[in-house]
Amino acid sequence: MNMKVEQQYITLFKESRDLLDNNSAPVMNKYRQEAFDNFERLGFPSKKVEEYKYTPVSKYFEQEYGLNLSRLDIPSKPRDLFSCDVPGMDSIQAFLVNDLFHQEAVKGLPKGVLLGSLKELAETHPELVEKYYAKIANHSKDAIVSFNTAFAQDGLLLYVPKNTIIEQPIQLINLLRSDVDLMSNRRILIVLEEGAQAKVLICNHTIDQVNFIQTGVTEVFVGANAQLDFYELEETHTQTVRFNNLTVHQQADSNVLLNNMTLHNGVTRNSTEVVLKGKGAHIDCHGMAVEDQNQHVDNTTLIDHTVAHCTSNELFKYVLDDHSVGAFTGMILVRPDAQQTNSQQTNRALCVTRDAKMYARPQLEIYADDVRCGHGATVGQLDETALFYMQARGISEREARLLLMFAFVNEVIDTISIDALKERLHTLVEQRFRGEVQKCSECSICK
Amino acid sequence: MEEANKYVKEFTQEKYKFGFTTDVHTEVIEKGLNEDVVRLISAKKNEPEWLLEYRLGAFRHWLTLSIPTWAHLRIPEIDFQGISYYADPTAKKKDGEIDPELLKTFERLGIPLNEHNALAGFAVDAVMDSVSVKTTFKETLREKGIIFCSFSEAVQEHPELIKKYMGSVVGYKDNFFAALNSAVFSDGSFVYIPKGVRCPMELSTYFRINAINTGQFERTLIVAEDDSYVSYLEGCTAPMRDENQLHAAIVEIIVKNRAEVKYSTVQNWFPGDSEGKGGVFNFVTKRGICEGEGSKLSWTQVETGSAITWKYPSCILKGDNSTAEFYSVAVTNHHQQADTGTKMIHLGKNTSSTIISKGISAGKSENSYRGLVRITPNADNARNFSECDSLLIGDKCGAHTFPYMDVHNNTAVIEHEATTSKINEDQIFYCNQRGLDTEEAISLIVNGYAKEVLNKLPMEFAVEAQKLLAITLEGSVG
Repeated sequence: MNMKVEQQYITLFKESRDLLDNNSAPVMNKYRQEAFDNFERLGFPSKKVEEYKYTPVSKYFEQEYGLNLSRLDIPSKPRDLFSCDVPGMDSIQAFLVNDLFHQEAVKGLPKGVLLGSLKELAETHPELVEKYYAKIANHSKDAIVSFNTAFAQDGLLLYVPKNTIIEQPIQLINLLRSDVDLMSNRRILIVLEEGAQAKVLICNHTIDQVNFIQTGVTEVFVGANAQLDFYELEETHTQTVRFNNLTVHQQADSNVLLNNMTLHNGVTRNSTEVVLKGKGAHIDCHGMAVEDQNQHVDNTTLIDHTVAHCTSNELFKYVLDDHSVGAFTGMILVRPDAQQTNSQQTNRALCVTRDAKMYARPQLEIYADDVRCGHGATVGQLDETALFYMQARGISEREARLLLMFAFVNEVIDTISIDALKERLHTLVEQRFRGEVQKCSECSICK
Repeated sequence: MEEANKYVKEFTQEKYKFGFTTDVHTEVIEKGLNEDVVRLISAKKNEPEWLLEYRLGAFRHWLTLSIPTWAHLRIPEIDFQGISYYADPTAKKKDGEIDPELLKTFERLGIPLNEHNALAGFAVDAVMDSVSVKTTFKETLREKGIIFCSFSEAVQEHPELIKKYMGSVVGYKDNFFAALNSAVFSDGSFVYIPKGVRCPMELSTYFRINAINTGQFERTLIVAEDDSYVSYLEGCTAPMRDENQLHAAIVEIIVKNRAEVKYSTVQNWFPGDSEGKGGVFNFVTKRGICEGEGSKLSWTQVETGSAITWKYPSCILKGDNSTAEFYSVAVTNHHQQADTGTKMIHLGKNTSSTIISKGISAGKSENSYRGLVRITPNADNARNFSECDSLLIGDKCGAHTFPYMDVHNNTAVIEHEATTSKINEDQIFYCNQRGLDTEEAISLIVNGYAKEVLNKLPMEFAVEAQKLLAITLEGSVG
């Protein structure tokens, strides 16, 4: 294997092992060496690795980035930088600058709920983090996960105890901010105990016009009867590269809604793995991408039905303009004893220009017979008759196109359970289609 | 209805009925594969120098390759040196006469090598092991200018055509098995339909593996000139043996302006016994090119046999306004494994393709659909519709779908749909109520499920295919 690209990271790891350890928690350090060995063995996935076929990983790691290994506090006042929150959404806000949790008291949390820096909580609650950290994100198989596990020093922990309901949505604002090209390795751990309920919204933004690369590993444990709505919204600039791995384990009768929306980005690969481990669990896994220029969005999902009586529903939509590239891989795996599974998957893509490319791979792997599984995928253009109909009624062609495109992605937005966020996204998407995405007047990001 | 029931009964009580062997004198060359073997095969066929060079080139390339592992198959190690690459059952008689045992074999298989049997209405090229035994109706076809003969004969009599077209659609660098076939291929069929000719009868090839420890490597080449039409059938069987047999074929089809080729296969190689012992490993590369304006290529396949099936009949839609179709029924039972599907490569403008695939898995088998639809940047207004359904019978089997869609042109409209489910219990109950036992009911439902594809087969084959479905699923209930 040509390890040229990997080499700089191998050297870095060996040279700065102490720095990594000293600025992180023992629980996290425990997995470092093993994960690093795995990374050294795997190397960055080439195009021959089926899961990474459409996103050439090593190309993006070639460049030199700075890493904030000694955890210097990057001077920033996120509240000043970022104030275009969702109007009308009464949320609990927390900030991550790169992968550093921004020290600021988070208010309004019910008793027993933990929300804060993963590193610090790992020091104060080692047994809790020990129980969950690096347990489900498989660092022996996926090179990005092993890379992240080897280098991650901090991130966020959200812990919701048994039967606790957090009414207000938790909004986690992840800002990428740096004066030099920067790599950050973000780690998020979310644990919902039995019967707990929470809504989490992660917003990803870039602030500075430098190159960013971020690997992210998010591990989510959802206990029996628990309910989680998890939204991830990306509005980064075109020099941003993000590799995200989200792993969710669901116990019996739990209900999870995932929604991953990419409105503006550089290169993004979102890998989502949901394991349904208890009977009666339900997952809604949705996503959309609105792309133009040379943007690249690759969504890879795996819904793993391991037990009987689980249901899953997937919906992914893409609008591709200019030279953008969209990729979707959706695997539904039904294991031998997962009878009575009901699973649906839909992937639709709209190519606006000739140069846009779409790769769709909906897949079914089924080992149980009493199941209903289906997938549908389409790639195409706007319906000519619908366009004509609207034009015949006095709507200009441009407007008609916008309306239809808007309606096309609305199907995904409408699954959002937070009304204020839904409203906000309607506006954002409309602005995006009209080419006005960065014209929000309130905060300094947009100015 | 009663008639149909009788059929089902008759055939569900039967095991693999083509499992007999024929005792004919067969000349088999030494086991093993090396350059000398390639030279020997070429010499036996009295081939021109360029063809030997082609074979050697393929062999040298093959040495650099390893067996592909991307398919959803568990392929046991194959000892390529433990196989004899050439077996000739006609060797004894040199005066052109055919061993009566051979004729009997084909008679038992229901293949009329006798031209008096006018009822049959189709011309046959019968291939046993490495050699074409007989081609019927050659003269009748020649009057129309159609060439239908064995591949070796074509090499001798029409070298210019073979040289021009062989390897033009499936080059030996294509894949591991294509390289192997290109090095050691023994016989097969060659069809040439001249400009403007509509072939008056169905052409067919019947392949049979008989000799022990041999592999069969045949090539089929079909060239349809402008405005011509041909419907081509392919059937295959093998004796029941405990060892696995290897079959690696290449089919190439060239369809020119406004011509139409319909290629149907009923694949019934020995699938191995109910314990998964024996059976044929079927690794086939089939590809056609719609070269001209408005040409049409249609693949229909009924896959019931083979222990392992690795087969992706594909179409390259190069000509503008060309059309391609792929209809498939793949049935797996016991320990069979199938990974089959198609590739539709759209290059020309206004091209359209249709994929209908029906998979049925029973017993402990694994059945996968794998397909690619690629729309290249210049393929304006391309259209594809794909439908892949899987039916599961029993909870020990697997049904998988792996479609790929690469779209590089925004004027394309691509639709893909797939569903997986078990046989509807209400339907079985309904049949039970009306006096059909469960096995009959399943056979009926499965036939209905596969009807969309079976209807595309020429009549003689459709009947056989229906019977085959019933046999293959036998014993899958309870």
